[in-house]
Amino acid sequence: MKLKEKTEIKKVALAGNPNSGKSTIFNALTGGHAHVGNWPGVTVERKDGEFEYKGKTFIVTDLPGTYSLTSYSIDERIARDFIVKERPDVVVSIIDSTNIKRNLYHTISLIELGANVIIDLNMADILEQKKIKIDTKKMEELLGVPVVLTSGTKGFGLDELKNKIADYEDYKRMPFKVEYGDDIEKSIKNIEMMINGIKTKYSKRFLSIKLLEGDTEIIEELKDAGYEEAVDFALRETAKLEKKFSIDVETEIVEKRYGIIESIVHQCVSKKKTIEEKLSKSDRIDRVITNKWLGIPIFAFMMWLTFQLTFKAGGFIADYIDLFFGWVSSLSSDWLSMLGAPQWVSSLVSDGIIGGIGSVIVFLPNIMILFLILSFLEDVGYMARAAFIMDRIMHAIGLPGKAFIPMLLGFGCNVPAIMSARTISSERDRLLTILINPFMSCSARLPVYLLFTGIFFKRNQGLVIFSLYVFGILVAVLSARLFKSIIPKLKGPVSPLVMELPPYRLPSIKGVLIHMWERSSQFLKKAGTIIFAGVIIVWLLASFPLGVEYASSKSFIGQLGLFLAPLFKPAGFPFWQASVALLFGIIAKEIVVGTFGTLFGGSEKLSIALPKYFTQLSALSFMVMSLLYIPCIASIGVIYRETNSLKWTIFSVVYSILVGWVSAVIIYQIAIIIV
Amino acid sequence: MMPLIYGEPGKQYEIVSIFGGRGLAKKLLEMGIRPGEIIKIVSNSFGGPILLAINNSRIGIGRGMAGKIIIKPLERRD
Repeated sequence: MKLKEKTEIKKVALAGNPNSGKSTIFNALTGGHAHVGNWPGVTVERKDGEFEYKGKTFIVTDLPGTYSLTSYSIDERIARDFIVKERPDVVVSIIDSTNIKRNLYHTISLIELGANVIIDLNMADILEQKKIKIDTKKMEELLGVPVVLTSGTKGFGLDELKNKIADYEDYKRMPFKVEYGDDIEKSIKNIEMMINGIKTKYSKRFLSIKLLEGDTEIIEELKDAGYEEAVDFALRETAKLEKKFSIDVETEIVEKRYGIIESIVHQCVSKKKTIEEKLSKSDRIDRVITNKWLGIPIFAFMMWLTFQLTFKAGGFIADYIDLFFGWVSSLSSDWLSMLGAPQWVSSLVSDGIIGGIGSVIVFLPNIMILFLILSFLEDVGYMARAAFIMDRIMHAIGLPGKAFIPMLLGFGCNVPAIMSARTISSERDRLLTILINPFMSCSARLPVYLLFTGIFFKRNQGLVIFSLYVFGILVAVLSARLFKSIIPKLKGPVSPLVMELPPYRLPSIKGVLIHMWERSSQFLKKAGTIIFAGVIIVWLLASFPLGVEYASSKSFIGQLGLFLAPLFKPAGFPFWQASVALLFGIIAKEIVVGTFGTLFGGSEKLSIALPKYFTQLSALSFMVMSLLYIPCIASIGVIYRETNSLKWTIFSVVYSILVGWVSAVIIYQIAIIIV
Repeated sequence: MMPLIYGEPGKQYEIVSIFGGRGLAKKLLEMGIRPGEIIKIVSNSFGGPILLAINNSRIGIGRGMAGKIIIKPLERRD
């Protein structure tokens, strides 16, 4: 406690456009040590770090990258709320120096909000290349805030930035105000008078401007606080302006800000006229990758390659892990009986825990490789292109191109994938995106495919697994079409695509590895907690009532399975072990494999045991069932949290079980006829 | 003058005006897509979205929206 009082703690926020190099500055300031968490109440990632300078401690918060502080999306709301509610001592406005106009728009919004802004002209190393010169002194004069040139990637200007942050209190800020022209200014004055008595955390001027802009969030906030009169007054003021001058006030306000920015840029930035710029390397890549004929084939090839790598390279390592667990399992059972432990303890440890967990951990290499590739594609900038390329196809389905990113992420895990649907601003599109996401085959389902294809489809394992993924996509697409045409709430036009594509860059190996590890470690954690608990429950139910043979049909679990088994007769797997595995798979899909592992006494024995029960055809229908029915408890939870509706959550669960069962039955029945 | 959807890849244009619903027009403005700016079409495949370069950023725009952005070819000064 005493120690803390000695050093001053200051709060610093980093704000800016997407792709302005915010995270490189964050890493450069904090040394890359970030505490990653979530913003309160929402699931957008929040990164905090700290650094010490001149005897003070600075806590740095990386705000979400946004274009403005209007409350369109949750990201923008977070950034605005943080500045207004948590009142950071300094807000560093990070600007991509090569795209100064648009970035300054964000800076001006920050200044209008009343933040203590320091302007960081980042990516300054590229300025010289582009023959651009920026007069920082002049910019300081015009905007009345400190201005620093930095390059996060080359590492220059960072000490100066730290200096300016540390000395922010000594800097004499000049008041800066955007003039909106006589008409609008008059309305601002009128509203300011009207809201004079209102208690608010915003400045009166800011509030008045936002009311004129028709900011829905601000309007709601004021209404909730009982200031409906003020809101009505402001809306009338807006209507008056629009009628009298036939201008769209909202656009006019934006244009006025740009007007100021243009004058600032004109005075501070000199650019030598260059002859028509050549297409950059990034553009040349894009001409191929987003080409109308090549785009989709390239994308399909990338996906195919991803899966091939995942299975070929992963399977190789997995074989050794499998051997290892088999060895540990038999070793532990020998060792325990040597120690004189009762039979049930040795059974719990070697069959239950080691057998169950082992059969799941075996797939860690596959999952790590899949995440490694997905992380690489994301960091390289390809993911955004995938959304772009898929826009046309997605439109045909009834979804915006952006909805494709959650679908892709679904291959990793449906939970973050469903959360990532938050970037879709249309409520209708977002709900549809969430509802079809569970059909994207997540990595937890991969162990099931690997297990079954490894035994039943040795020759064309890659192809069968790839087809399962494609089948999942197909079901997602057809479901989207179906929902869109019969559910009234989901009918309507698709929101149009406008998205920035980051330039291609070769990510650092470290960065990709960290990204991959963050995701894979969640799988490990799950193996250690939910799956651990799951396999113990399975073991318990398989061992009791007392005296029954372990994992026999007379055990509790056997009874339960026998009860459900007839349901799966038309799908070709009417035996109780399969029903039990599916039932426990609801806890987490990996448990399907873990359950077989536990019931048949360890993963190494599965290749002998399973062929006694399954044929190639029923293995296929079992995999289809595993693919389609409810992904897991965690995904049900996140669907509920994100849709905030019990109705849609139940709908999603019931629908997925039905679709899974129907598909498994149809596939099995058709296959029987053909083969 | 013509809608953005007719822009040819590799060529430069100036944005003349933007028609669009309130929210949309504002969003475009805030992303820096506004009248007077010079753009270059990076790719424009029929039926798909359009990729354009503007002030050192690359922005993908869906076809429906691209129909509401009016552009004119930039005169070459040799």
